[in-house]
Amino acid sequence: MNDYVLRVRVTINGEPQSLSEGLTLADLLRQLELDQRRIAVEVNREIVARELYTAHTLTDGDQIEIVQFVGGG
Amino acid sequence: MTDPFVLAGKSYRSRLIVGTGKYRDFAETKRAIDASGAEIVTVAVRRVNITDRTKENLLDVLDPAHYTILPNTAGCYTADEAIRTARLAREAGVGNLVKLEVIGDQKTLFPDVTATIAAAAVLVKEGFVVLPYITDDPIAAKKLEEIGCAAVMPLAAPIGSGLGIRNPFNIRIILEQSRVPVIVDAGVGTASDAAVAMELGCDAVLMNTAIAGAKDPILMAEAMRLGVDAGRKAFLAGRIPRKLYATASSPLEGMIE
Repeated sequence: MNDYVLRVRVTINGEPQSLSEGLTLADLLRQLELDQRRIAVEVNREIVARELYTAHTLTDGDQIEIVQFVGGG
Repeated sequence: MTDPFVLAGKSYRSRLIVGTGKYRDFAETKRAIDASGAEIVTVAVRRVNITDRTKENLLDVLDPAHYTILPNTAGCYTADEAIRTARLAREAGVGNLVKLEVIGDQKTLFPDVTATIAAAAVLVKEGFVVLPYITDDPIAAKKLEEIGCAAVMPLAAPIGSGLGIRNPFNIRIILEQSRVPVIVDAGVGTASDAAVAMELGCDAVLMNTAIAGAKDPILMAEAMRLGVDAGRKAFLAGRIPRKLYATASSPLEGMIE
Protein backbone atom coordinates (compact mmCIF):
# COMPACT_ATOMS: atom_id res chain seq x y z
CA MET A 1 0.00 0.00 0.00
CA ASN A 2 1.41 3.32 -1.07
CA ASP A 3 0.97 5.86 1.75
CA TYR A 4 1.60 8.81 -0.53
CA VAL A 5 -1.41 8.18 -2.81
CA LEU A 6 -4.77 8.96 -1.27
CA ARG A 7 -7.31 6.23 -1.78
CA VAL A 8 -11.08 6.24 -2.01
CA ARG A 9 -13.04 3.21 -1.02
CA VAL A 10 -15.92 2.29 -3.32
CA THR A 11 -18.04 -0.74 -4.06
CA ILE A 12 -18.15 -1.98 -7.65
CA ASN A 13 -20.81 -4.57 -8.41
CA GLY A 14 -20.91 -5.54 -4.76
CA GLU A 15 -17.12 -5.88 -4.40
CA PRO A 16 -15.19 -3.44 -2.18
CA GLN A 17 -12.44 -1.71 -4.16
CA SER A 18 -9.82 0.90 -3.39
CA LEU A 19 -9.20 3.52 -6.07
CA SER A 20 -6.75 6.39 -6.31
CA GLU A 21 -8.23 9.77 -5.48
CA GLY A 22 -9.57 11.92 -8.26
CA LEU A 23 -10.38 8.99 -10.55
CA THR A 24 -13.28 9.66 -12.91
CA LEU A 25 -15.79 7.10 -14.07
CA ALA A 26 -14.19 7.21 -17.52
CA ASP A 27 -10.77 6.43 -15.92
CA LEU A 28 -12.25 3.51 -14.01
CA LEU A 29 -13.93 2.02 -17.09
CA ARG A 30 -10.64 2.34 -18.97
CA GLN A 31 -8.81 0.55 -16.13
CA LEU A 32 -11.41 -2.20 -16.25
CA GLU A 33 -11.04 -2.39 -20.05
CA LEU A 34 -14.77 -2.05 -20.59
CA ASP A 35 -16.30 -0.92 -23.87
CA GLN A 36 -18.30 2.17 -22.91
CA ARG A 37 -20.80 1.64 -25.71
CA ARG A 38 -21.92 -1.72 -24.36
CA ILE A 39 -22.57 -0.99 -20.70
CA ALA A 40 -24.65 1.13 -18.36
CA VAL A 41 -23.50 2.59 -15.06
CA GLU A 42 -25.22 3.61 -11.85
CA VAL A 43 -23.48 5.48 -9.05
CA ASN A 44 -25.42 5.45 -5.80
CA ARG A 45 -28.49 4.22 -7.66
CA GLU A 46 -28.46 7.11 -10.13
CA ILE A 47 -27.72 6.36 -13.76
CA VAL A 48 -24.74 8.29 -15.08
CA ALA A 49 -25.16 9.21 -18.74
CA ARG A 50 -22.31 8.10 -20.98
CA GLU A 51 -21.38 11.67 -21.93
CA LEU A 52 -20.81 12.47 -18.24
CA TYR A 53 -18.31 9.66 -17.54
CA THR A 54 -15.31 11.95 -18.02
CA ALA A 55 -16.74 14.62 -15.71
CA HIS A 56 -17.86 12.25 -12.96
CA THR A 57 -15.25 11.97 -10.21
CA LEU A 58 -15.65 9.03 -7.88
CA THR A 59 -15.77 9.71 -4.16
CA ASP A 60 -15.39 7.71 -0.97
CA GLY A 61 -18.30 5.36 -0.31
CA ASP A 62 -19.66 5.37 -3.87
CA GLN A 63 -21.74 2.34 -4.76
CA ILE A 64 -21.11 1.62 -8.42
CA GLU A 65 -23.08 -0.77 -10.59
CA ILE A 66 -21.82 -1.62 -14.06
CA VAL A 67 -24.12 -3.78 -16.15
CA GLN A 68 -24.19 -5.26 -19.63
CA PHE A 69 -26.43 -7.50 -21.70
CA VAL A 70 -26.12 -11.25 -21.26
CA GLY A 71 -28.08 -14.17 -22.67
CA GLY A 72 -31.62 -14.28 -21.38
CA GLY A 73 -35.20 -15.07 -22.33
CA MET B 1 -43.30 -7.38 -47.38
CA THR B 2 -46.46 -9.50 -47.31
CA ASP B 3 -48.14 -10.03 -43.95
CA PRO B 4 -45.57 -8.18 -41.83
CA PHE B 5 -45.56 -8.35 -38.05
CA VAL B 6 -45.78 -4.73 -36.94
CA LEU B 7 -44.48 -3.93 -33.49
CA ALA B 8 -44.18 -0.35 -32.23
CA GLY B 9 -44.29 0.99 -35.78
CA LYS B 10 -41.61 -1.32 -37.16
CA SER B 11 -42.31 -4.14 -39.60
CA TYR B 12 -40.79 -7.58 -39.25
CA ARG B 13 -40.84 -10.61 -41.53
CA SER B 14 -40.46 -13.06 -38.68
CA ARG B 15 -43.13 -13.70 -36.08
CA LEU B 16 -40.76 -15.67 -33.90
CA ILE B 17 -39.00 -13.81 -31.10
CA VAL B 18 -36.23 -15.74 -29.41
CA GLY B 19 -34.29 -15.55 -26.18
CA THR B 20 -30.53 -15.81 -25.94
CA GLY B 21 -30.21 -17.63 -22.61
CA LYS B 22 -29.02 -21.17 -21.81
CA TYR B 23 -26.84 -21.72 -24.89
CA ARG B 24 -23.43 -23.35 -24.60
CA ASP B 25 -21.65 -20.31 -26.03
CA PHE B 26 -22.23 -17.26 -28.18
CA ALA B 27 -21.43 -19.21 -31.36
CA GLU B 28 -24.31 -21.60 -30.67
CA THR B 29 -26.55 -18.67 -29.75
CA LYS B 30 -25.84 -17.05 -33.08
CA ARG B 31 -26.38 -20.23 -35.10
CA ALA B 32 -29.69 -20.92 -33.37
CA ILE B 33 -30.92 -17.38 -33.94
CA ASP B 34 -29.92 -17.55 -37.60
CA ALA B 35 -31.79 -20.85 -37.99
CA SER B 36 -34.87 -19.42 -36.26
CA GLY B 37 -35.03 -16.45 -38.62
CA ALA B 38 -35.84 -14.21 -35.63
CA GLU B 39 -35.29 -10.50 -36.03
CA ILE B 40 -36.11 -9.63 -32.43
CA VAL B 41 -34.03 -11.20 -29.66
CA THR B 42 -34.36 -10.89 -25.90
CA VAL B 43 -31.42 -10.29 -23.58
CA ALA B 44 -30.98 -9.92 -19.83
CA VAL B 45 -29.26 -7.13 -17.90
CA ARG B 46 -26.59 -8.30 -15.45
CA ARG B 47 -23.51 -7.05 -13.64
CA VAL B 48 -20.27 -7.06 -15.59
CA ASN B 49 -17.77 -9.50 -14.10
CA ILE B 50 -15.02 -7.03 -13.22
CA THR B 51 -12.47 -9.69 -12.30
CA ASP B 52 -12.86 -11.68 -15.53
CA ARG B 53 -13.23 -9.30 -18.43
CA THR B 54 -11.84 -11.61 -21.09
CA LYS B 55 -15.32 -12.70 -22.04
CA GLU B 56 -16.93 -11.54 -25.26
CA ASN B 57 -19.93 -9.25 -25.10
CA LEU B 58 -23.20 -10.74 -26.37
CA LEU B 59 -23.68 -7.74 -28.65
CA ASP B 60 -20.42 -8.68 -30.42
CA VAL B 61 -22.30 -11.60 -31.98
CA LEU B 62 -25.74 -9.97 -32.11
CA ASP B 63 -25.18 -6.68 -33.87
CA PRO B 64 -27.92 -4.24 -32.77
CA ALA B 65 -27.82 -2.85 -36.32
CA HIS B 66 -29.22 -6.16 -37.57
CA TYR B 67 -31.39 -7.35 -34.70
CA THR B 68 -33.93 -5.56 -32.58
CA ILE B 69 -32.62 -6.07 -29.06
CA LEU B 70 -35.36 -6.59 -26.49
CA PRO B 71 -33.92 -6.32 -22.96
CA ASN B 72 -35.88 -8.06 -20.24
CA THR B 73 -36.32 -7.43 -16.53
CA ALA B 74 -36.06 -11.14 -15.70
CA GLY B 75 -35.33 -11.91 -12.09
CA CYS B 76 -37.05 -8.78 -10.77
CA TYR B 77 -39.57 -9.36 -8.00
CA THR B 78 -40.72 -5.78 -7.45
CA ALA B 79 -41.89 -2.96 -9.70
CA ASP B 80 -38.97 -0.80 -8.51
CA GLU B 81 -36.35 -3.41 -9.44
CA ALA B 82 -37.94 -3.86 -12.86
CA ILE B 83 -38.06 -0.10 -13.48
CA ARG B 84 -34.43 0.26 -12.41
CA THR B 85 -33.37 -2.59 -14.71
CA ALA B 86 -35.32 -1.14 -17.65
CA ARG B 87 -33.66 2.25 -17.20
CA LEU B 88 -30.21 0.64 -17.15
CA ALA B 89 -31.06 -1.34 -20.27
CA ARG B 90 -32.07 1.81 -22.11
CA GLU B 91 -28.88 3.52 -20.99
CA ALA B 92 -26.86 0.67 -22.48
CA GLY B 93 -27.96 2.05 -25.80
CA VAL B 94 -30.11 -0.42 -27.72
CA GLY B 95 -33.36 1.53 -27.74
CA ASN B 96 -36.56 1.92 -25.79
CA LEU B 97 -37.98 -1.58 -25.88
CA VAL B 98 -38.39 -3.54 -22.69
CA LYS B 99 -39.81 -6.96 -22.00
CA LEU B 100 -41.31 -6.21 -18.62
CA GLU B 101 -41.26 -9.11 -16.19
CA VAL B 102 -42.12 -8.74 -12.54
CA ILE B 103 -42.05 -12.21 -11.07
CA GLY B 104 -44.38 -13.10 -8.22
CA ASP B 105 -43.21 -16.55 -7.20
CA GLN B 106 -39.94 -18.48 -7.50
CA LYS B 107 -41.49 -21.87 -8.12
CA THR B 108 -43.92 -21.01 -10.89
CA LEU B 109 -42.27 -17.79 -12.11
CA PHE B 110 -45.79 -16.52 -12.62
CA PRO B 111 -45.91 -12.74 -12.92
CA ASP B 112 -47.01 -10.43 -10.15
CA VAL B 113 -49.77 -8.81 -12.17
CA THR B 114 -50.41 -5.80 -9.93
CA ALA B 115 -46.70 -4.98 -9.76
CA THR B 116 -46.40 -5.49 -13.52
CA ILE B 117 -49.22 -3.01 -14.14
CA ALA B 118 -47.65 -0.49 -11.72
CA ALA B 119 -44.23 -0.78 -13.38
CA ALA B 120 -45.74 -0.58 -16.87
CA ALA B 121 -47.49 2.70 -16.01
CA VAL B 122 -44.19 4.28 -14.92
CA LEU B 123 -42.19 2.99 -17.88
CA VAL B 124 -44.77 4.02 -20.49
CA LYS B 125 -44.69 7.55 -19.04
CA GLU B 126 -40.91 7.52 -19.37
CA GLY B 127 -41.19 6.73 -23.07
CA PHE B 128 -40.44 3.02 -23.01
CA VAL B 129 -42.02 0.63 -25.48
CA VAL B 130 -43.34 -1.80 -22.90
CA LEU B 131 -44.00 -5.45 -23.72
CA PRO B 132 -45.33 -7.02 -20.54
CA TYR B 133 -45.15 -10.72 -19.69
CA ILE B 134 -48.44 -11.65 -18.02
CA THR B 135 -50.64 -14.57 -17.15
CA ASP B 136 -53.34 -15.45 -19.68
CA ASP B 137 -55.68 -13.05 -17.92
CA PRO B 138 -57.86 -10.94 -20.23
CA ILE B 139 -58.46 -8.31 -17.53
CA ALA B 140 -54.75 -7.79 -16.92
CA ALA B 141 -54.18 -7.68 -20.69
CA LYS B 142 -56.87 -5.02 -21.06
CA LYS B 143 -55.43 -2.87 -18.28
CA LEU B 144 -51.92 -3.08 -19.73
CA GLU B 145 -53.21 -2.10 -23.16
CA GLU B 146 -55.08 0.86 -21.66
CA ILE B 147 -51.92 2.03 -19.88
CA GLY B 148 -50.21 2.19 -23.26
CA CYS B 149 -48.22 -1.03 -23.59
CA ALA B 150 -47.14 -1.73 -27.18
CA ALA B 151 -48.19 -5.38 -26.96
CA VAL B 152 -49.41 -7.90 -24.43
CA MET B 153 -47.54 -11.13 -23.85
CA PRO B 154 -49.64 -13.77 -22.12
CA LEU B 155 -47.85 -16.97 -21.13
CA ALA B 156 -48.78 -20.29 -22.72
CA ALA B 157 -47.59 -22.11 -19.58
CA PRO B 158 -44.92 -21.49 -16.90
CA ILE B 159 -41.53 -20.30 -18.15
CA GLY B 160 -39.37 -23.21 -19.27
CA SER B 161 -42.14 -25.77 -18.63
CA GLY B 162 -42.68 -26.76 -22.25
CA LEU B 163 -46.34 -27.52 -21.55
CA GLY B 164 -47.72 -25.61 -24.53
CA ILE B 165 -50.86 -23.48 -24.49
CA ARG B 166 -52.75 -24.49 -21.35
CA ASN B 167 -55.74 -22.27 -21.91
CA PRO B 168 -56.39 -21.52 -25.58
CA PHE B 169 -59.78 -20.07 -24.68
CA ASN B 170 -58.29 -17.30 -22.56
CA ILE B 171 -55.82 -16.56 -25.34
CA ARG B 172 -58.78 -16.31 -27.74
CA ILE B 173 -60.55 -13.84 -25.47
CA ILE B 174 -57.36 -11.76 -25.20
CA LEU B 175 -57.03 -11.84 -29.00
CA GLU B 176 -60.63 -10.81 -29.51
CA GLN B 177 -60.39 -7.77 -27.25
CA SER B 178 -56.84 -6.55 -27.99
CA ARG B 179 -55.93 -3.79 -30.39
CA VAL B 180 -52.20 -4.22 -29.72
CA PRO B 181 -50.22 -7.28 -30.84
CA VAL B 182 -50.68 -10.40 -28.73
CA ILE B 183 -47.45 -12.35 -28.31
CA VAL B 184 -47.47 -15.72 -26.59
CA ASP B 185 -44.49 -15.66 -24.27
CA ALA B 186 -43.22 -18.67 -22.35
CA GLY B 187 -44.28 -22.29 -22.02
CA VAL B 188 -43.88 -23.44 -25.61
CA GLY B 189 -42.31 -26.91 -25.79
CA THR B 190 -42.16 -27.85 -29.42
CA ALA B 191 -43.01 -26.68 -32.92
CA SER B 192 -46.67 -27.75 -32.78
CA ASP B 193 -47.16 -25.57 -29.67
CA ALA B 194 -45.88 -22.58 -31.62
CA ALA B 195 -48.16 -23.50 -34.53
CA VAL B 196 -51.17 -23.70 -32.18
CA ALA B 197 -50.43 -20.20 -30.87
CA MET B 198 -50.25 -18.83 -34.38
CA GLU B 199 -53.37 -20.73 -35.53
CA LEU B 200 -55.28 -19.07 -32.71
CA GLY B 201 -54.35 -15.77 -34.32
CA CYS B 202 -51.53 -14.60 -32.09
CA ASP B 203 -49.28 -12.03 -33.73
CA ALA B 204 -46.02 -13.64 -32.63
CA VAL B 205 -44.48 -16.19 -30.28
CA LEU B 206 -41.57 -15.64 -27.91
CA MET B 207 -39.49 -18.56 -26.65
CA ASN B 208 -36.08 -19.47 -25.31
CA THR B 209 -35.87 -22.80 -23.46
CA ALA B 210 -37.77 -24.78 -26.10
CA ILE B 211 -34.94 -24.04 -28.53
CA ALA B 212 -31.91 -23.72 -26.26
CA GLY B 213 -32.86 -26.80 -24.22
CA ALA B 214 -33.52 -29.09 -27.21
CA LYS B 215 -31.02 -31.88 -27.94
CA ASP B 216 -30.22 -30.11 -31.20
CA PRO B 217 -30.98 -26.42 -30.65
CA ILE B 218 -30.14 -25.42 -34.22
CA LEU B 219 -32.54 -27.96 -35.71
CA MET B 220 -35.23 -27.01 -33.19
CA ALA B 221 -34.77 -23.35 -34.07
CA GLU B 222 -35.53 -24.20 -37.68
CA ALA B 223 -38.50 -26.35 -36.61
CA MET B 224 -39.87 -23.40 -34.63
CA ARG B 225 -39.47 -21.10 -37.60
CA LEU B 226 -41.46 -23.54 -39.75
CA GLY B 227 -44.03 -24.11 -36.99
CA VAL B 228 -44.67 -20.40 -36.61
CA ASP B 229 -44.89 -19.95 -40.39
CA ALA B 230 -47.22 -22.94 -40.80
CA GLY B 231 -49.46 -21.76 -37.96
CA ARG B 232 -49.64 -18.24 -39.33
CA LYS B 233 -50.53 -19.45 -42.84
CA ALA B 234 -53.18 -21.81 -41.43
CA PHE B 235 -54.67 -18.92 -39.47
CA LEU B 236 -54.80 -16.71 -42.55
CA ALA B 237 -56.18 -19.55 -44.67
CA GLY B 238 -59.03 -20.12 -42.22
CA ARG B 239 -59.45 -23.63 -40.93
CA ILE B 240 -62.54 -25.77 -41.54
CA PRO B 241 -65.03 -26.05 -38.71
CA ARG B 242 -64.80 -29.06 -36.45
CA LYS B 243 -67.62 -31.54 -37.08
CA LEU B 244 -68.63 -34.63 -35.20
CA TYR B 245 -69.31 -36.83 -38.24
CA ALA B 246 -67.54 -37.58 -41.49
CA THR B 247 -67.94 -35.70 -44.75
CA ALA B 248 -66.75 -37.69 -47.78
CA SER B 249 -63.90 -36.18 -49.75
CA SER B 250 -64.54 -38.19 -52.93
CA PRO B 251 -67.65 -37.69 -55.10
CA LEU B 252 -70.60 -39.97 -54.40
CA GLU B 253 -71.60 -39.96 -58.07
CA GLY B 254 -69.98 -42.14 -60.74
CA MET B 255 -69.36 -45.14 -58.54
CA ILE B 256 -68.88 -48.40 -60.50
CA GLU B 257 -71.71 -50.90 -60.23
